[in-house]
Amino acid sequence: MNAEALSAVEMQHITKRFPGVLANDDITFSVLKGEIHALLGENGAGKTTLMNILYGLYRPDAGEICVNSQKVDITEPNDAIALGIGMIHQHFMLIPPFTVAENVILGIEPQKTFLLDREKAAKDVQEISQKYGLTVDPRAKVQDLSVGIEQRVEILKALYRGAEILILDEPTAVLTPQEVEELFKVMKSLKEEGKTIIFITHKLKEPMATCDRITVLRKGKLVGTVLTEKTDISSLARMMVGRDVCLVVEKPPHPAGGTVMEVENLEAYNDRDIKALRGINLVLRKGEILGIAGVEGNGQLELAETLTGLRKVSAGKILINGQDMTNRSARDIINAGVSHIPEDRRKRGLILDFSLAENLILGSHFKSPFSHGFQMDYDNVFTHADNLVETFDIRGTGIESQVKYLSGGNMQKVIVAREIGREPEIIIASQPTRGLDVGAIEYIHEQILRMREQNKAILLISADLDEVLCLSDRVAVIYEGKIVGERDPQTATEEELGLLMAGGKI
Amino acid sequence: MLSEIVSLLAATLRISPPIALASIGGAYSERTGIINIGLEGMILMGAFAGVAATHFVGNPWVGVLAAVLAGGALGLLHAVLCIRFKANQVVSGVGVNILSLGLTTLLLQVIWGNRGASDSVTGLKPLHLPVIADIPVVGDIIGKQNPLVYIMLIIVVLAWVVMFRTPFGLRIRAVGEHPEAADTVGIHVHRIQYICVTLSGMLSGLGGAYLSLGWLNLFSQNMSAGRGFIALAANIFGKWNPAGAFGASLLFSFTDALQIKLQGVGIPIQFIQMIPYILTILVLASAVKRAIPPAAIGKHYEKGEK
Amino acid sequence: MKLNKIAELVKIKRESVTDVFISFIAVIAALLVGAVIVYISGSSPLEAYKALYEGAFGSTYDFAQTLTRTTPLIFTGLTVAFAFRCGLFNIGGEGQLYVGGMTAAIVGVSFTGLPIYVHLPLALGAGAAAGGAWSLVPSVLKARVGAHEVITTIMMNYIGILLCSYLANYSFKAEGWVAQTDVVEPSAQLPKLVPGTQLTASIFVALACVVIAYYILYKTTLGYEIRAVGLNPTAAEYGGISVQKSIVVAMLISGMLAGLGGTGEVLGLHRRFIFGFSPGYGFDGIAVAVLGRNHPVGVVLGALLFGALRNGGMVMKQMTNVPTDLVIVIQGIVILFVAAPEMFRIFRRIRKGGIRNAF
Repeated sequence: MNAEALSAVEMQHITKRFPGVLANDDITFSVLKGEIHALLGENGAGKTTLMNILYGLYRPDAGEICVNSQKVDITEPNDAIALGIGMIHQHFMLIPPFTVAENVILGIEPQKTFLLDREKAAKDVQEISQKYGLTVDPRAKVQDLSVGIEQRVEILKALYRGAEILILDEPTAVLTPQEVEELFKVMKSLKEEGKTIIFITHKLKEPMATCDRITVLRKGKLVGTVLTEKTDISSLARMMVGRDVCLVVEKPPHPAGGTVMEVENLEAYNDRDIKALRGINLVLRKGEILGIAGVEGNGQLELAETLTGLRKVSAGKILINGQDMTNRSARDIINAGVSHIPEDRRKRGLILDFSLAENLILGSHFKSPFSHGFQMDYDNVFTHADNLVETFDIRGTGIESQVKYLSGGNMQKVIVAREIGREPEIIIASQPTRGLDVGAIEYIHEQILRMREQNKAILLISADLDEVLCLSDRVAVIYEGKIVGERDPQTATEEELGLLMAGGKI
Repeated sequence: MLSEIVSLLAATLRISPPIALASIGGAYSERTGIINIGLEGMILMGAFAGVAATHFVGNPWVGVLAAVLAGGALGLLHAVLCIRFKANQVVSGVGVNILSLGLTTLLLQVIWGNRGASDSVTGLKPLHLPVIADIPVVGDIIGKQNPLVYIMLIIVVLAWVVMFRTPFGLRIRAVGEHPEAADTVGIHVHRIQYICVTLSGMLSGLGGAYLSLGWLNLFSQNMSAGRGFIALAANIFGKWNPAGAFGASLLFSFTDALQIKLQGVGIPIQFIQMIPYILTILVLASAVKRAIPPAAIGKHYEKGEK
Repeated sequence: MKLNKIAELVKIKRESVTDVFISFIAVIAALLVGAVIVYISGSSPLEAYKALYEGAFGSTYDFAQTLTRTTPLIFTGLTVAFAFRCGLFNIGGEGQLYVGGMTAAIVGVSFTGLPIYVHLPLALGAGAAAGGAWSLVPSVLKARVGAHEVITTIMMNYIGILLCSYLANYSFKAEGWVAQTDVVEPSAQLPKLVPGTQLTASIFVALACVVIAYYILYKTTLGYEIRAVGLNPTAAEYGGISVQKSIVVAMLISGMLAGLGGTGEVLGLHRRFIFGFSPGYGFDGIAVAVLGRNHPVGVVLGALLFGALRNGGMVMKQMTNVPTDLVIVIQGIVILFVAAPEMFRIFRRIRKGGIRNAF
């Protein structure tokens, strides 16, 4: 490394707190001019927060930023853009019905008298795209483009505004392997043109393939910065995942019983009409917790939704106790003894303006004893609510007050109490402890293990590898819509699983 | 036969301005994401203000100006309620309609003492375009119309050009599709919404002026008679495109003109009068798959909200 | 058991205190604006409002007349409120009202010799069913294709009113100039309640509907599902609720309520279908529902307020020459105030930091 390498960005002692979580804990992070620098870490490690601070979307609680060796104060994205910083977000900020050119020039449009100079716009975009090897058709509509090309448009947007430092937030999360290769080529040619790139990712293989240096974050802290040529995937995996102690007190051995759910070659599409499940095969057994480990976005949401009747299955079968329940309604599947703790507790799992009691019967509201034919029996509803509140220690403002006033942890307890209180045979739990404090996490883990004791079959889908390893009897790794490996959590190593999760082969 | 068709087409054009102008206004408002049910009330208010101002001043063009301002004021009211005070856009629109009905009828009585209609005022006389009016057939359709019809035609063209060929129009459409993306490139989302919703009121007001000053030369209670709602439908039919909205308005005006002609033919007029409304429902039933509104319509945008 | 009932009442008050407060302030504010308008147009607001009050509540006769005006508003207010609980805007109350009233009139006129306890319920039922049927096109289109019910219901209004115009002018026209049907058979008429006034038993039907609507919404499984869909369709789906079914059923009940409203006027007040019998009750229902925060009890209060304004307005016109349309203006302002609850935060900010802090 050139001893006179210039500093592009220096972030010193950055701390940022959100309600309930310390996202960035005294991080000092620097990037050299002209390098491709990876910011590596699991979900929730604090990478995006740190870069959002650099781009002016958040203000830090403490710390300083220097750009090109000058101390700066970035209060909004326009400040960052003026300093030559461009950010390509994970969720694109593009207007689907507009053309590529229209999206790139939006806000700083070239004009000819009063009219939009569409020719100049197309020409300018063409020029930039050729200069950096980002081939796009300026007149194509964004909604017709593949995700990989959409990303190029985002990069063009930043370059059109004169960005010298580019922040790419999880750029490969939505790309196919071929598109990832294309992106790496683009990054290389941008580097050759003197640009500096900060590359946020959670996938181990990518920094090794493309970056000069790698900084690893874990749970808000900076673990270390290494030169790519001097490290390897195993070391990175160790830095990323760490050796945290299991939070659960004890998990006694419990023999698995008979099969209750079989999933055969399951295929389904996501909301963008792209195939999200490409042939999933799973078996759930009584008294067993099957953990699905994997980075978010590899089909977990679609898997949970197909198994619970909330999404159409395009191919394959789901059998519950031998009966074909593929594409049956949510109500039928509930009646078949399946409970679901959904990923999005606020949108899916609760009706925020309903009372605690009313939420606690959602999904069973049409059954006795809560409903007798046409009429609801609110006495039973309230008794049920009182019982659950006591059993699960749900802290709130009373069973008749609205659930929206509860804390995140208690909201999740409501959902868990409801789904478990139904005495199901099968429980599908998606990201059950996401965003919760340690106490709540502990509690929910206890409940899941208790269900295991009671011979329920549990499918635990979680992006938190620690959680999956601590609780599961078997672990399957999902990657790009397929199960790529199954392991015994007691013998599997973190590196092994991390590699599978990143799409690597062992 | 030919003369029948010609007079039908001329009538179509003659009937179209209230619906056409309001529907273009609706297009602008909804393109920025704000639903405007209040077009009906804005037309009515424009019709009233036009007659009232002409009554006091004597010049119908002053009336037209008053109509535009009055409609714009209602538009601004709707904008403030929806944008600044985060009102439910549908409820606000309905409130504007009721307020307009009440105010116009109230003032009708205060000024003229008559609950049904005002006195006559000087109206806008139809023009006779030199050269064009003398062309056979075409001249009869398009050469002898009220000046506001010609203004409407100019507005249609302008509205289309602004929306699809200027930077301002690009930003308008960006705001309605993806306000967050527009915000991140420095566009003032709320400011654009204010401008376009007020504009929709002004255009509707202008259409109302035509209704009162261009036709009957007086104001009668609730004379907008549902045209604002048809304008809403015309906007959807026209896919939120000013030119499309104009075309749809012509279609609705055509059925209206047809209905007048067909009176006395043997079919009770009520069934003929139903045609535009049935047409609208059919359009909505089928077009919904094709006609997709601006993605962010009806939602309130606030920085930082997800 | 009793404790639960009281707790429920208290619960309504506790969680809806803000709602009631906003509605109350909105009415006061609208009355103030109305007073300003009266003053500008040259009359005395105090005299106008005094006449208004006396016209509404001054005597038994006045009160009975107020209740007569209130009755259809209860129906149409419930119409809008019920649909809104499922997240739907039923602006089609006027058309549903007309179609319901016409159907009731047809049933009332077409059968002779039936005893009242057969004929009257039959006519009432027919009116309700017709109103419900009139909501099906918009509701099915919404459930299947996502067509915005605001426009489809408004279109159905015009179609319905025109249809009734035809029927009142041709098929079922009574002799004479007026577009109306014959008088319905006595066995289909709702009895008068207070002699010398126009108040009929239709108010009992209205109040019964309030109780039924409340019961359905808050005591039945269907009501639970309708409210769930109205608040969060995504979670409702997750809870095994059919969103499409809820939409159609909610609109059906909503339309039936409007149909009963028209029926009440036809079988009670007028004893026949007269074209033009509704001065916009369907639209007034929107104001009533918004003011009443879409709750059955609130609807009754809102309907009473507007009924009082309407009835008192007529007396106000006679005594002070202030036009009755002031009432419509007040209605409009009430809706606008209630629609924008954010506005009330301004009052708090003004109190804290002066006028400049408001914006």
